[in-house]
Amino acid sequence: MVLAAALLIPARPAQGPQQQPQTPPAPGAPAKPPVTSDQAPAPATPQAAPTPPKPAPGVVVLDPAHGGADAGARGPNAVLESEMVLSLAHAVRAELERQGLRVVQTRQGNENPSFDERSAAANAHRGAIFISLHISSNGPVGTARAYTLAAPATPPARPALPPWDQAQDSFAASSRRLAELVQVQLAQKFRGSPEVPSVAAVRQLRTVAAPAIAIELSSVAVRDRSQLEQMASPLAEAVARAVAAFRQVYEAGAN
Amino acid sequence: MSRRVKLAIAALVVAVLIGAFYFPKLRQRVLRMSRPARTEEQTRREVTQPPIATPSDVKAKAKIFWASATAPGTLEPVVLELPLSADPVQRSKQLIITLIADVPSPGQRTLPADVILIEFYTLADGTAVADFSDALATATPSGILSEQMALDSIARTLAANVDSVRRLKVLIHGQEVETLAGHLDLTGFFPLRPETSAPAAPGKAPRGGLTPPAAPGKLDR
Repeated sequence: MVLAAALLIPARPAQGPQQQPQTPPAPGAPAKPPVTSDQAPAPATPQAAPTPPKPAPGVVVLDPAHGGADAGARGPNAVLESEMVLSLAHAVRAELERQGLRVVQTRQGNENPSFDERSAAANAHRGAIFISLHISSNGPVGTARAYTLAAPATPPARPALPPWDQAQDSFAASSRRLAELVQVQLAQKFRGSPEVPSVAAVRQLRTVAAPAIAIELSSVAVRDRSQLEQMASPLAEAVARAVAAFRQVYEAGAN
Repeated sequence: MSRRVKLAIAALVVAVLIGAFYFPKLRQRVLRMSRPARTEEQTRREVTQPPIATPSDVKAKAKIFWASATAPGTLEPVVLELPLSADPVQRSKQLIITLIADVPSPGQRTLPADVILIEFYTLADGTAVADFSDALATATPSGILSEQMALDSIARTLAANVDSVRRLKVLIHGQEVETLAGHLDLTGFFPLRPETSAPAAPGKAPRGGLTPPAAPGKLDR
């Protein structure tokens, strides 16, 4: 919770190249810099009468979960979540890049960035979309679920500098929309998957200041890993289609 | 009716009679074979976490949320008649211990068999604090779905059977941990009942809102 007071991130940035000076951290706070490097905070003056259009998401941050000593879910046939999600991320990345999107991965190999380091990868890019990839320990094999955080009880007022640990609150509606679009595609690709996205308190999503979802495939309990490998291509197609649809919604300002 | 048909009918009747005699015995043997493992687990639990009995215990119907046997990835309530205390803290402990120990079948388990409820207490604002042994974090299968089912089974069981509890905080061995098993956030509170107003500040009693069930996966902070 100390992070909440100490680490502040800019709210959704205004469009335009102007750079505003950033608010210094509170006295005594850890000297961790604000997350954004290429974002401009919301304008301090109320003069900018017309609300600038929301930036279209041009960067997709793919987060293959776990890594390093944290293998995540372990299947009975030596299937490791951390390995499988990395290969799933490569497939999704290729499909998104085919659409002309820029893709950033939170890890390329078997390293294990912290939750905050993964979030920072999204928070550093204007108009990013964050997609965390997981494989469950159980659940119906061959199905997939998209998750978002629950919407906050009271809609946040979009402060200029929302606390780091509540960064996702301002993006609850757009995350939900993205999850809905993804889940529709997943339900078409993977029979038995739910039609609507699920809500879960996924820790990774909380600190992401962008539309953010987690996708979890079921499961590491497959008979052999090829069953999961076969899910890579339809998953990539599903994500790419949903992201394309989401970009249109996002550009229209339907947050 | 030819002699062959008569013989066939007689053979069928004999087979049905043998089946009627044999199958109940076979069923009993299968049940007897499945019992020892369950008893062994229960015996171990009786040593590590004895059942709680209080003077105010009264037999009552309780809804316990375990994993569904028919719809994987979902919870479903099982109604049991249990001796339950009038004291909400003792009642909550009895319910959670039942949730861990008396699973109808191994496939319906949501919490690891070896997990111990170390402590359970409530605060004046309706916050319930459940402190579990390390096994909750180390033995719960890693994954958003499995971790959510573990927490939801606790939250929904308490929400269905203990009126005074409003939200749940889960600790592991007395400490707040970041996640349950790598996914689910344990730094906040899990609301057991929807609030009619904004979440109360810590230490203040929340107002109104008594309609279960809890919104799954939602976290207050």
